[in-house]
Amino acid sequence: MSSRQSDLKTEYVRIEGVSKQFGSFSAVDNVSLSIYKGEIFCLLGGSGCGKTTLLRMLAGFETPSVGRILIDGQDMTDTPPFKRPVNMMFQSYALFPHMSVEKNVAFGLEQEGIARNEVQRRVAEMLDIVKLSEFTRRKPHQLSGGQRQRVALARSLVKKPKLLLLDEPLAALDRKLREHTQFELINLQEQLGVTFIVVTHDQEEAMTLGSRIGVMNKGRIVQVGTPTEIYEYPNSCFVADFIGSVNMFKGKLIEDEPGYVRIACPELDVNVFVSHGISSAPDVGLNVAIRPEKIDMTRTAPMQKENFTQGIVKEIAYMGDISMYLVQIPSGKMVRVTIPNIERQVDERISWEESVYLSWQSSSPVVLSQ
Amino acid sequence: MRVPGLFRNSVLMLGFVFLYAPIVSMIFFSFNNSRLVTVWDAVNSPTLKWYVVLFKNEAILGAAWLSIKIAALSASGAVVLGTLAGLSLARFGKFRGRALLSVMITAPLVMPEVITGLSMLLLFVALEQLTGWPEGRGILTIIFAHITFSMAYVTVVVQSRLASFDRSLEEVALDLGARPVTVFWRITLPIIFPAVLSGWLLAFTLSWDDVVISQFLSGPGSTTLPMIVYSKVRLGVSPDINALASVMVLIVALCVVLSTYYIKRIEQRRVAEALMVRSEEL
Amino acid sequence: MGGVCLFILAVVQSSGPLTVNGRRIVIAWPFFWLLLFFIIPFLIVFKISFSEARLAMPPVAPLFEWVSSTKNFVLTLSFNNYLFLFSDALYINTFFYSIKVAAVSTFWCLLLGYPMAYAISRADPVRRNLYLMLIMLPFWTSFLLRVYAWVGLLKTDGLINNFLLNLRLIDEPLTLLYTDFAVYVGIVYSYLPFMILPLYSNLEKHDLSLLEAADDLGAHPITAFFKITLPLSISGIVAGSLLVFIPAVGEFVIPSLLGRSDQLMIGTVLTNEFFSNRDWPVASAVAIALLLFLLVPIKIFQYYQDRETEAAL
Repeated sequence: MSSRQSDLKTEYVRIEGVSKQFGSFSAVDNVSLSIYKGEIFCLLGGSGCGKTTLLRMLAGFETPSVGRILIDGQDMTDTPPFKRPVNMMFQSYALFPHMSVEKNVAFGLEQEGIARNEVQRRVAEMLDIVKLSEFTRRKPHQLSGGQRQRVALARSLVKKPKLLLLDEPLAALDRKLREHTQFELINLQEQLGVTFIVVTHDQEEAMTLGSRIGVMNKGRIVQVGTPTEIYEYPNSCFVADFIGSVNMFKGKLIEDEPGYVRIACPELDVNVFVSHGISSAPDVGLNVAIRPEKIDMTRTAPMQKENFTQGIVKEIAYMGDISMYLVQIPSGKMVRVTIPNIERQVDERISWEESVYLSWQSSSPVVLSQ
Repeated sequence: MRVPGLFRNSVLMLGFVFLYAPIVSMIFFSFNNSRLVTVWDAVNSPTLKWYVVLFKNEAILGAAWLSIKIAALSASGAVVLGTLAGLSLARFGKFRGRALLSVMITAPLVMPEVITGLSMLLLFVALEQLTGWPEGRGILTIIFAHITFSMAYVTVVVQSRLASFDRSLEEVALDLGARPVTVFWRITLPIIFPAVLSGWLLAFTLSWDDVVISQFLSGPGSTTLPMIVYSKVRLGVSPDINALASVMVLIVALCVVLSTYYIKRIEQRRVAEALMVRSEEL
Repeated sequence: MGGVCLFILAVVQSSGPLTVNGRRIVIAWPFFWLLLFFIIPFLIVFKISFSEARLAMPPVAPLFEWVSSTKNFVLTLSFNNYLFLFSDALYINTFFYSIKVAAVSTFWCLLLGYPMAYAISRADPVRRNLYLMLIMLPFWTSFLLRVYAWVGLLKTDGLINNFLLNLRLIDEPLTLLYTDFAVYVGIVYSYLPFMILPLYSNLEKHDLSLLEAADDLGAHPITAFFKITLPLSISGIVAGSLLVFIPAVGEFVIPSLLGRSDQLMIGTVLTNEFFSNRDWPVASAVAIALLLFLLVPIKIFQYYQDRETEAAL
């Protein structure tokens, strides 16, 4: 949701053909990526996809088996972490338990050999920004989870790094705090102009924080794009399925024109008319993906002549603001539909075993080849 | 499964009686007037006369002081080397020679002391022949020997502490610009300090208490307390030794009680602080 | 000394332990110390066990002799010492006796130590630390003095005999001191913490829900113990037993204060050969023979230690 545009699109980090092997296991497989100044770039993927390894290579805790990493134009592939203009915020925060908040934050500055009073000034300034000025003397075990996170943030940012790496920054926080912190992070980033690279397995987090997202799977980057691009224009079944939920139908091309295509989907019983052309070889098996929120569910037949089908409501999950319906269509397949609960009255809403019509716009389906 | 309290308690009681009965009896009879350490002279006891004898015995006092010095020096040496070894084994992965170092570390833990004593004596003799140093055996050779066998214990303690140490603390310090040596000094060492301290105490006790190796490696003018005690008790029981034992038990018990109290205080403070944080969140 | 430290610090700073050089320096110190003070002494003992005794200071013939006439090193290996060991019944008897004493003591130590370790591990957490401290407390006081205490207890006119006589449980004092029994008591007493701690450390890690599951499935607690707890604690039993057995074989102080005078243990024999007989080669041969025997248990012990550290890595 971050609508920040990285200004001037200057490349700050370049990852060139980086792979990392542990024995015979490839944690990261031939990743090439450009990250621009001032953006929040999210590496999104499930566990074991290689995102943390990639982050650690950026920080300098691992060296790539193959490939180069350039930061601000300089080859930093083999540079140790204490020589990089990069700072990392750990998932566990890793606050020094034997030092006070003040000393924790001051640590990085002391390593740069900055004068004592200058260090104190900058520490005070940063603690003010993260609103922890009253807690300077406290030790980490005397702080709450949210406070600890802010100390970790302050400790990294006080060094004014050009690049900040964040490892699952919101994972340890509860829901309310998470939302709050999300926006705080974005504001902080804007205020200080730091480039963020965030690693997360939580798509909501990625969608909210990231100005661009890189989806990873099995050590490879599968798709890079803005949240909208990833969500509405996934380039593969994997991405379509990974982000949000999706209904996937197998099909075959029956009409292929520049302005539209028609696909026969046996599972759907009807043909899908898609109002844009696709580039695909004929006779290739295709997948048609339709997001649940793009499907309209009505008791009466819709006006349109195609792109609709019938079904019986089998399951309903009420989530307060929306309801998720599982509708069984004649082929036996379950279609997922999400509808906002506009009516407050329960009996107004569609209920179990009701016969309904499912319809969608011709621009809604996404055609994927694999 | 809950072990029936009766079984558990009786086993422990039996065990503790077994462990402490000899100590208690020794202390008890240190106040006995008669020389016969096992017959209570009800008429003239309890008496402090043996304590007086003990504290007037210059040889014993001198040996005690020497033992303390040797123990302190060898404990310090053992701690330095043991920490380096523990660091290597815990942090440096599979480096070349790791297996050998690991063997060299654990072997002294189980080796019979007569073998260690004999081998080191032969070493010093050979060294003396080759280089003229050390001239005869004495305090220095004892210290070297003590460092060698007690560093193994320090290594085990430090290594296991480092194994459960949160690596991300060291990583974040590197990330913040600290060089590896700085990381060790300012982050790792302060945090593992209690383990290092307990290693020092362990090494101190081992050195202070050692008989066999001191026998092999002592020379003129380097008689340690255990050596004196040993030669005395070989001849039979001796009440001033009981007095010595009581003094030592008292000192150790005092230290343990003080440290337990101190640790409890720290714990209580932690709990109070945690509660304070909780109440702030509400 | 300070200069050396600074120099080393400088080298380490510049290379850092992420590079190999900095690490090498850290490893080097303990490594070379042990090489000098542990490995080399053994090699010397090994070498001397092949030498001849001499009336000289030191009382050993050199192994390598520079023979000026032929400009060669002549290596004189004498297996006499080892042959002597095997031929003289004294050594063989002593050897087996020491093993027997160590084994029996280890057994009793296990029998007493296991229930104690078990009881402590199942006590509630607050008490546990107290108990552990009580176990360790005697260890901090002098080992020598505690063995000495048993002299007073086991003597013919000692406390135990007086106690039993007064209660009229016996008519005549028992001979407790200077017997095998006294040595067993001494070893069990001194090495008990070494048995209890590894056992405790193992038992404490047991997942109690396994026993609850067994209980739920209808197993009697005793069956559960023998089928679940005991097998899982094997590594603790092995570690504790070896930690007692291996040093006990070569024990010197305990048998000299509490043991028989007609049958010695190998530690005493070794010391006598060395100091009284001044026969360094034979003493060395005894040491090497003892070491060779102990190699197997030591290897087993290290195997179990490595397994523990590997699991943690």
